[in-house]
Amino acid sequence: EYEPSHIYLNRAVSAGAAAVVSARTYADFTNEATFEIKKCDTFKLDEGPATQVVMTRDEGLQYYRTMQTMRRMELKADQLYKQKIIRGFCHLYDGQEACAVGIEAAINLSDHLITAYRAHGYTYTRGGTVKKIMAELTGRRGGIAKGKGGSMHMYCKHFYGGNGIVGAQVPLGAGVALACKYQGNSELCVCLYGDGAANQGQIFETYNMAALWKLPVIFICENNGYGMGTSVERAAASTDYFKRGEFIPGVRVDGMDVLCVREASRFAADYCRSGKGPILMELQTYRYHGHSMSDPGVSYRTREEIQEVRSKSDPISMLKDRMLSNNMASVEELKEIDVEVRKEIEDAAQFATTDPEPPLEDLCNHIFHNNPPLEVRGTNPWSKLKSVS
Amino acid sequence: MLPYSGSVSLVSSFLFPPLQFVPPPNRSDWLCVVTPSVRRVTRSSDWSKSRRFPTGLAHSPAEDSLKMAASLRCFLRSGKKAVSALGQREFHRSAPAAAQVTVRDALNQAMDEELERDERVFLLGEEVAQYDGAYKVSRGLWKKYGDKRIIDTPISEMGFAGIAVGAAMAGLRPICEFMTFNFSMQAIDQVINSAAKTCYMSAGLQAVPIVFRGPNGASAGVAAQHSQCFAAWYAHCPGLKVVSPWNSEDAKGLLKSSIRDDNPVVFLENELLYGVPFEMSEEAQSKDFTIPIGKAKVERAGSHITLVSHSRYVGHCLDAAAVLAKEGIECELKLSRSPLPVVVLQVINLRTIRPMDVESIEASVMKTNHLVTVEGGWPQFGVGAEICARIMEGSAFNYLDSPVTRVTGVDIPMPYAKILEDHSLPQIKDIIFSVKKTLNV
Repeated sequence: EYEPSHIYLNRAVSAGAAAVVSARTYADFTNEATFEIKKCDTFKLDEGPATQVVMTRDEGLQYYRTMQTMRRMELKADQLYKQKIIRGFCHLYDGQEACAVGIEAAINLSDHLITAYRAHGYTYTRGGTVKKIMAELTGRRGGIAKGKGGSMHMYCKHFYGGNGIVGAQVPLGAGVALACKYQGNSELCVCLYGDGAANQGQIFETYNMAALWKLPVIFICENNGYGMGTSVERAAASTDYFKRGEFIPGVRVDGMDVLCVREASRFAADYCRSGKGPILMELQTYRYHGHSMSDPGVSYRTREEIQEVRSKSDPISMLKDRMLSNNMASVEELKEIDVEVRKEIEDAAQFATTDPEPPLEDLCNHIFHNNPPLEVRGTNPWSKLKSVS
Repeated sequence: MLPYSGSVSLVSSFLFPPLQFVPPPNRSDWLCVVTPSVRRVTRSSDWSKSRRFPTGLAHSPAEDSLKMAASLRCFLRSGKKAVSALGQREFHRSAPAAAQVTVRDALNQAMDEELERDERVFLLGEEVAQYDGAYKVSRGLWKKYGDKRIIDTPISEMGFAGIAVGAAMAGLRPICEFMTFNFSMQAIDQVINSAAKTCYMSAGLQAVPIVFRGPNGASAGVAAQHSQCFAAWYAHCPGLKVVSPWNSEDAKGLLKSSIRDDNPVVFLENELLYGVPFEMSEEAQSKDFTIPIGKAKVERAGSHITLVSHSRYVGHCLDAAAVLAKEGIECELKLSRSPLPVVVLQVINLRTIRPMDVESIEASVMKTNHLVTVEGGWPQFGVGAEICARIMEGSAFNYLDSPVTRVTGVDIPMPYAKILEDHSLPQIKDIIFSVKKTLNV
């Protein structure tokens, strides 16, 4: 077993967006550094996000820990799926961590977010714990949706899932933004969809209404190059997804660089909050796994391609290199974080595999909210089941 | 058989108040209504316009039996005049400030009151704001509440239904209007997958307090794509409540309950009923008048057979009941030696399709032993089919003296030509025929 070489004192790790607070300052580490990031292509915008950004040591460690947690969580889910402990759909997010972490770094927990089915990472950044996420994947009572939802239907405060129907989450996101505007609370809604979903008609209906009513929504297209097994070139007449909003300004962002994503999201959030209406971001990212666990992911792309992205553009490696080369952290420190993350995931997996399944009494519950108890027909006329809210 | 000439020009004039049978003493809750003499009415739906025709049995059984006894005594002693006078007096005493309100106005009132009561309620749909509503149901609301709360949408059902659901998830209480439910098919994924299932999928974390409303079913001459009834489609899905009002009281009370409900409600109106005025009691006109979702109402007491219906066809059932009652009388007068039995129908207005009040139907069937369901939708997998299945599975099956009969729309897309359209929907004669066949008279 690996033993940490030194113990950090006063470390507090909060659940969810794991903030690392180290009271022990390392006098020999740089506290913050400026980084040059890729310039974003813009559409119908006079200026784009900044290209020079500042990242502090604490921010860096937090991003690193969060991305590493997400990565390990997804890999553990892969393992459990192959052991048939997770069943049904499982769409893994590894490779795309920078998107979720960068977006969350630019908004507040009081803002709102909705995405499609590749949602485990977002559930985590929005406040779900790894334990509850994994228990939901294994369908146990300790799951974030008590085992009722599964991989694609996880919810927490100001996070509206986890949606199984491709593209349906986009009007929902605009509706959340409408509620923000209606209530006048200067919150906004981040509404994500993929390159495959970008061709859905309801998304264009939503662009129209969001722009018409100046809803505070950030549309984000996570373009990972493939809609299931169909590459973007084979699916879209125009692969400039950031321009598809036509009358909505757009930004194309390097989705593998967490700082790029963060900066662009900050830019977009400022735009929205100033009342100018919706804005569109395309995050160019990549998924290492196939579309889902039933897709090996190599029939429509080459292993070389996957390997190349892993070696050249992996978001965690990029951040790690940045921090090490700017003397913002030590190798041991980052290894320490890795170990802790692995332990956290192991514990969560342990919980997820040993927690009991939901009780049968729960079968018919939660059909309605705030409703007096009702009777639900079972599989046969004599089976009368009880449902409470 | 009565000479019968189509559904529109039914003459239901009562020459004499009919003497109904005297029920056994312990069953006062299904006393027959003594119909006092009324003016000649010329349209089948006009029965409700008659101010002397009681509008339903909201009274207590004790009150009913007192009335009945009094009417009978009067009738026996002094004939029709006394009975009608008594009926008139009773009616006015029990409903002092009743008013004639169209279904459209009742819906308008309901929305107005709920918009006023709760800041979070808002209405969106096509033409709901500046056009005053495609069918004028939301007349005046935009003027009163403005752009923020009454929102005109572009023609994007899937988009705006999704937006409405999202707004509901984030804490508002939207009323999403579909110009007709035929267009809701464009958005049905949002209604079912985003609205209905979310509370369950999130184990109660995420509620969706939304109302989808609009006209449902056949209109007049609008042909196949604009005439479908969606009661069965939506009522199939757990997680939704499906409501189908008939008269103005139903419309107002149920819409208010639907808006106040924290769950997705599909509210099926009927375009042909919008302009029809119904009596609304003073109580019904008050701002806090609600009707609980999930409870059916017995619109007319009866003893021989139960008719279950929803929406527009409740009116048809009541007309059929009136005809059958009258027919019994005429026969009685003509063949004074052996009067044909008076067929007295109990008419149940479902009000809510899901959750269906099967208990009321069962209780009625256990008394009448016969059941006919009447609906405008297609027969296969419809509301009537569900009622049949439930009656068979429940305790009322043993009380049936004949199989349940379904009266439904014809199993075809709706044609355009008037004669064809008239014959593709249940007419009063079809109901009467089915009742007689079921009773074997």
